[in-house]
Parts: sequence; C-alpha cells; structure tokens
Amino acid sequence: MIETRGLRKSFRSRAGRETKTVDAVRGVNLEVAEGEIFGFLGPNGAGKTTTLRMLATLIEPDGGEATIAGADLRKDPAEVRRRIGYVAQGGSTWDESTAREELVLHARLYGIGKAEAHRRAVRALDAFQLSEYADRKCKTYSGGQRRRVEIALGIIHEPKIVFLDEPTTGLDPQSRAHMWDEIRRLRTEGMTVFITTHYLDEADALCDRIAIMDHGEVVAEGTPAELKREISGEVVLVGLDAATTPKAAELLDTEAYVSKLETVDEGGLRLYVDEGATAIPQVLRRLDHAGLDLRSIELHRPSLDDVFLTKTGRSLRES
Amino acid sequence: MKLARDTWLIFQRQIQLLLRNPVWVFVGVFQPVMYLLLFAPLLKPALNAPTQAAAYKIFVPGLLVLLAIFGGLFQGFGLIAELRAGVIERSRVTPVSRLALLLGRSLRDVVSLIVQAVIITLLALLFDLRVFIGDLLLAYLMLALIALMTSAVSYGVALKVKSEDALAPLMNTVAQPVLLLSGILLPLTFAPGWLQGIADWNPFSWAVDGTRALFAGDLGNDKVWQGLTIVAVLAVAGVVWAARQFARSVR
Ligand SMILES: Nc1ncnc2c1ncn2[C@@H]1O[C@H](COP(=O)(O)OP(=O)(O)OP(=O)(O)O)[C@@H](O)[C@H]1O
Ligand SMILES: [Mg+2]
Repeated sequence: MIETRGLRKSFRSRAGRETKTVDAVRGVNLEVAEGEIFGFLGPNGAGKTTTLRMLATLIEPDGGEATIAGADLRKDPAEVRRRIGYVAQGGSTWDESTAREELVLHARLYGIGKAEAHRRAVRALDAFQLSEYADRKCKTYSGGQRRRVEIALGIIHEPKIVFLDEPTTGLDPQSRAHMWDEIRRLRTEGMTVFITTHYLDEADALCDRIAIMDHGEVVAEGTPAELKREISGEVVLVGLDAATTPKAAELLDTEAYVSKLETVDEGGLRLYVDEGATAIPQVLRRLDHAGLDLRSIELHRPSLDDVFLTKTGRSLRES
Repeated sequence: MKLARDTWLIFQRQIQLLLRNPVWVFVGVFQPVMYLLLFAPLLKPALNAPTQAAAYKIFVPGLLVLLAIFGGLFQGFGLIAELRAGVIERSRVTPVSRLALLLGRSLRDVVSLIVQAVIITLLALLFDLRVFIGDLLLAYLMLALIALMTSAVSYGVALKVKSEDALAPLMNTVAQPVLLLSGILLPLTFAPGWLQGIADWNPFSWAVDGTRALFAGDLGNDKVWQGLTIVAVLAVAGVVWAARQFARSVR
C-alpha cells in the first residue's frame, strides 16, 4: 500500500550567524501492507512527522521515491492527495467553527457534493460519538473530543490510507483506549492506518507492524512480537550500590547462564539470560556467597523499549 | 470550473466566519464613518475648496483607496492564526486548488471593502457629493483590484514569515511611505517637484489620481485607464506570487 525507497529530507535553520543543517530524515525504506495498522515509533525529533508530511505531499522530499496507494508521490501528488487522509500532530480545527461545519467543508474540498457531504458529516459525527456537540464551536470541546473531530476529518472522504500523527498524545487513559478502538474500527473497514507514536504500549498493543525510528533512520522493523523475539532471552536487573557493582560484575560474568552483562551507570547490573526464573536463584546464591549485598532483583521480559535500547544504545523512556 | 467551485467554498466559509464576529463587522463600518464625520469637516478650509461637496470629491476617493490598501495589507494576521491552527495544512492535503485557497480569502476582503465603500458613498451623498453611477462602478473596480492585490501580498508575506511579530513591522514599513507618497489624504498638487517625481513611481498614487478623476466625472482622463491598468497588472502579479506561497507553505 505504501512503499518508500531512500526518502530523505534535511532542513536548514539559522541559529544566530551560523546556518545549521538538520538531517531530519535520512533514507527511509518502508513497506506497508494493505489493511494493517502500521506504527512509527520513535523519540521526539526522530523524524516521524517529517516523513509523514512528505508522504502526505505537504513537503517535497530532497531525495528518494514513494508509491502510495498506487500513485507516485513525485510524479502525481494530486492523485496521492485524493487517496489518502492525513491528521496532523498539532491539530487542524478552527476555534470558531463547529464540528459539523468543518466536516462538511472538508468533505466538499474533496469534491463531494453538498447533500452527500452533509450525510457523511452526520455519519461521522455518529461514529465518533460527537453528535451531542456537533453544533458547538470547536473551542468549547475537550482535548479528546477535538482529537476525534480531527480524525473524523481525516477520513471523511473514505481514503484508502490514513496517516495519524500521534493520535493519542495528550489524551487520558480512557480516551486513549477509545481512540484505539476507533483506529481498529478503521482497519475493520478496510483502511490502512499509519500512525506515529512515542508510547511503547501503544505500538505494542495497537500496531500490527512497527518501524522504530531514531535520528531520521529506521533502526528496526517488524511485528512487535518479532522484534522482541529478536532480542533473545530475558533480562535480570540486579540493584547494587555503585561500590559493589564492579565486584559483582566480575563474579557473574563467568557464570554460564549469563549470555551478556552490562553495568548500569548509577550502580547495578543488567544480565541477559535465557530464562529469568531459573537464573534469579543462582544469582542470589552467588552474590550471597561472596557476601555482597544487593538492593533489589527484578525480572524483565523484553519490551519494545529493550528493542530500542539494543538498536540505539539508549532507552526510549529516557530520551 | 473546479477553481470557481473551490473558490466559492472557501469564500463562503470565510464570509460565514466574518459575519459570526459582530465586533469585526461593527469596527469595519464604524471606522470609515468616523473618518467621514470627524476628519472631513476639516477639509474644506484646509483644501481651500469652494464648497463642502468639492472637498468631498477630493477626500472621499482618497479615503476609499486608503481603506482598500489597509483593508488588504493587514489580512495576513488572520491567515497566520489559521496557519497555526493547522487549517491551511489540512486544506493542503486535500485536492483543493491552491489558487482557490488564496482567491476565496481575498474575495472576502474585496467584498467587505466594497460594502464599506458603499456605506461611505451613501453617507457622502447626504453631504451633497454627486457622482455618476457608471463612474462610481469603475471606481469600485479600481478599489476591488487594489484590495485584491494588497490582501494577496499580505497573505503571501504571512505565509513566508509565519509570525505576527515579523508581519506587523513589515507591513507598517511598506504602508507608511506608500501612504505618504500617494497623495491619499491630501493631493500632491502642491508638492515640490522632487516629491512629485518619487510619487510617480508609487502605483497607488496613480490609483488615487484615477479614482479622483472618476469621482470628478472625468471619465476621459488618461489617469483613469492608466490607474486601472497599473493596479490590474499588479493584482495579477500579487495573486500569482501569493498562490505559489500557498502551494508551498507548511506550518
Ligand atoms: N520546518 C523545519 N525547519 C527546521 N527543522 C525542522 C523543521 N521541521 C522539523 N525539523 C527538525 O527535524 C527533526 C525531525 O522533526 P520531526 O518533527 O519529524 O520529529 P518527530 O519524530 O515528529 O518528533 P515528535 O515526536 O517531537 O513529534 C527535528 O530535529 C526538527 O527540529
Ligand atoms: Mg512529530
């Protein structure tokens, strides 16, 4: 449904006298299949929005190519526009308009006739549980209500693909859960959904496939399960004082069940093991014998954050 | 066809939003009326005009051109707000014509200017101003073209600078000399030669002269077609340039 090859974009910005070039997106290759929820996971500034904007014809790529719903991004942007919906990260509704007005106008901008536009607006208001507020000005809506209007706008013309840039940022847990249901409903209707997020649980629970992005590059791609399986085994986190950490590291490094060992900066160890449940008692015994006190011990099944950590050397939670 | 339909859609929405804001409508009508009632009485002695009506014939066209320039030049502020709200970006992902995004908005500015102009003309009639309907319509055409140009330019610049803080001083810097050198408030008849020379390079000076000739019932005056041609060419240039900014801008 979407295929990109070597998509690139850099921005030149001026800071004081110097002009700095930011390589926002540096060669992104993606393949998104029809009818899936594809997630773009990455920290702030990773280049998610920039990639989406390029795919939505809002900015021209510096290099690379893309085919979107069968239309060539560079040669036929007008056709791409007809086939996609796009919901921006920073909102897209006007304070003084009502949800119904926005929906009708937006449908009509896609060339839909007046009567049909009104019918679609009613249907969309209904589907997104907005009927109650349909004729109130957008400035009176809550954050969640407004976000729902924006998503309804993005799909009012029934596109084949919809791009949602951080659809759940700023929503409370309940509204987020609702939004997830709505996004799944779009998939049921046959739409391909491309979302960006920096929530690990969202990527994990909602997306069929994800691409992890960092510094303008895709560092990993696959289903959440595949990605987690790639980092074999589980992790035992041993909480230690900074002083005892080196000694403990020396002791545990030679143990057969520890496949890899990392020291945590503030003190403590991260042990990569095949099976945490059997490793923990052995670790405890070993440290006890040596007379080393440990503060805590924790078993950690691999999460997407660990995938991110392995691929980039940083934790998504920290960045 | 598509262009006309898209322009109409944008125009409709903009007018709807405009009418929804009663403060704006009130200010739009009230301001020119103030000029007419409070400033104009000073003119007869100042211009050494034989009658009040003669003073109006000089002052009213100038006031109308002034409104057209300023009505247009400061429309960019509203656009920056739309840009920030993401409305422009949202429009740009649809297949809507980019030219229509501009024309729909500029047309609103032209229409609200013409409404102001009609109110002022009607009021001036009460003060014994007399003008032929045909001449008046041509004068309105001149005003419409001026407003179309200034609002298009303002939108284009707004999309380029993307911030009110940059737009305000820019527009003021442009407006100041344009205003002073156009003989809008007082005719440049008494200006020294060098000032006249500079004013000849100011398109608005030509527009004002043309409009004054129309109000004087002097349709055959060369100033009329010259003024109209100059503003028409500039309006087209402004529209083409600004439409290109619409095709390009991102928040
Ligand atoms: N118009 C622009 N001019 C200059 N730099 C830009 C522009 N747009 C984006 N950037 C830079 O490009 C990089 C990628 O930005 P982008 O918005 O794509 O990140 P993101 O992954 O969407 O982040 P976030 O999670 O914060 O939304 C950032 O370093 C940003 O500062
Ligand atoms: Mg973003």
